[in-house]
Amino acid sequence: MPPASTDSDPAPLAGGAGSSATSNGAAPAVSVNGLVKRYGEVEAVRGIDLEVHAGETFGFLGPNGAGKSTTINMLCTLVRPSAGSASVAGHDVVGERDEVRRNIGLVFQDTTLDGYLTAEQNLALHAELYGVSRDVVAQRLRQVMEMVGLWERRSSLVNTFSGGMKRRLEIARGLLHSPRVLFLDEPTVGLDPQTRSSIWGYIRELKTREDITIFLTTHYMDEAEHCDRIAIIDQGRIIVLDTPEALKASVGKDRVQIKTDDEDAAIAALSERFGIEAVLAEGEVTFGVPEGEQFVPRLFAELGRPIHSISVSRPSLDDVFMSYTGTTIRDAESSENDTRRNVARMMNR
Amino acid sequence: MATQLASTPAPPKSHEGPPHEIARVHVPMRSLRSELRAIKVVWKRELIRFRRDRLRILTSLVQPFLFLFVLGTGLSTLASAGTHGVNFRTFIYPGVLCMAVMFTAMFSAASIVWDREFGFLREMMVAPVRRSSIVLGKCLGGATVAAFQGLIVIAISPLVGVPYELTLILELFALALLLAFAITAFGVMFAARINQMQSFMALMQMVIMPMFFLSGALYSVARLPAWLAVLNRLDPLTYAVEPMRRAIFTHLDISAAARKALDPGVTWWGWRVPTALEAAVIAALGLGMLFIAIWEFSRAQ
Repeated sequence: MPPASTDSDPAPLAGGAGSSATSNGAAPAVSVNGLVKRYGEVEAVRGIDLEVHAGETFGFLGPNGAGKSTTINMLCTLVRPSAGSASVAGHDVVGERDEVRRNIGLVFQDTTLDGYLTAEQNLALHAELYGVSRDVVAQRLRQVMEMVGLWERRSSLVNTFSGGMKRRLEIARGLLHSPRVLFLDEPTVGLDPQTRSSIWGYIRELKTREDITIFLTTHYMDEAEHCDRIAIIDQGRIIVLDTPEALKASVGKDRVQIKTDDEDAAIAALSERFGIEAVLAEGEVTFGVPEGEQFVPRLFAELGRPIHSISVSRPSLDDVFMSYTGTTIRDAESSENDTRRNVARMMNR
Repeated sequence: MATQLASTPAPPKSHEGPPHEIARVHVPMRSLRSELRAIKVVWKRELIRFRRDRLRILTSLVQPFLFLFVLGTGLSTLASAGTHGVNFRTFIYPGVLCMAVMFTAMFSAASIVWDREFGFLREMMVAPVRRSSIVLGKCLGGATVAAFQGLIVIAISPLVGVPYELTLILELFALALLLAFAITAFGVMFAARINQMQSFMALMQMVIMPMFFLSGALYSVARLPAWLAVLNRLDPLTYAVEPMRRAIFTHLDISAAARKALDPGVTWWGWRVPTALEAAVIAALGLGMLFIAIWEFSRAQ
């Protein structure tokens, strides 16, 4: 079972979605028990448990260095676990390495294409390496290349491709041998926002065409929204695991920001009349309340001070990450940035 | 929307439907056939890359030309006293051929370091095939490419007075192929441990140049001082240069004295090592290094 959340208000760990898939009798696509990876003294992964259901898009969310890639490398048989066990597509990642490899597709964080070959040659070599039968290769190649919109560019050298095109080609290659589980390690890292969203379009599209489970890692909060379930991982441990909706609901608070003439007076008034501790962030009085929209009329009626503007926002995954780890994901990546972290902590109280 | 997806194991069907309906592609179980196929894939990639890299083919010809026609011509006036009428360029030709093969083979091996830096190695490492197949494919690919480079140098042999004769060409080519394989294996063995291209290149310089100079490519191994004679016998390249030179000299019309002075043959404690054993030395070294390379790659991670 996943480790219990450290937060006082834990979210249901298994998630409603999980139990229904299990009751359907589908074998889990990925199953991990107490997985540990040590590099000398350093524990990169400190005991991870999770289960990914067949057909699910599962996201591993966490800052750089949290252990995401190490975990993926263990699941892909590239790295041998120090302790614990894991199975992918029903096969043990240590004992049945070849079976696992036959059933997985991989898109690594950095490109692993051969830039000196054409797009088509890259895929053809891959198909041959995996022993895809000759009579279906041509058709399958065309199918996956069309899926990522690169069929027209099949004869171009990969070196002439943009970052987004390379990533798309890698996704096509990862799919070429019809894997049951596709691992995407930071599929959109280093791409501009527009390209990122187009990559997501392709990933969503492929889900409708291929009967496949997707296991991905990301440190972009907004991208985790595309997943059916996400596990937030920090310092080698899973902090919490659930659907993005449930996680956001577990934060339980909407964020309200108001502008007034006198912020200090407004903060004092909020504390006095509603017992709310507000902080000043980005020039606005900021606080969290459970039902933001219903709170607004009360606020106007009872605050007793003029309000120039107000905004209410639903909790984002950023808020979720903050509420479980006490820091924002960006600050977790750059720990020097103490000021920001303090603001984040205050806002989240 | 996301929650709905999670609750149904099968993904929703697309409305328009895929353009090319195709059943799941099947990845067969690992077998001897899949290993052979993997060897072929890695080999083929090596060839495609080489063919595409015209600049590399061209630049790797510059060095043999420099050695043969610049250094060879320049030194021939100086060396003419000791060559008994044999063209100095003919004399250094086998050494230059070996060097061309060596450089190409080393560059092929270097691409493993490159592949690691740029990730392609990972793509091969997660395929359902043995690491040994990948290493073997790489060595065969490097050997093929380097032997091809050797063939180009063989093609220019009449320019330095080496005749076109089928048996000679075949013998030279076979030796070049053997050397190419051994050197690629040697390079791959080192590449298994080296992560950076610069380090590999530095190492390559450190290894190739001494091997070349000690091998007797540029001088006769007769009457060397003892220390150099020992180092010469320890240098693997000696066992490639010497049989090539012997083969060439058999096809030339030269005096016995010239032969004795220029091609005394490699001796072990006075015993002249036959060509077959020299080839076997190269082959054994190549195989030994191939096994070390395989062991290193299988052990990695």
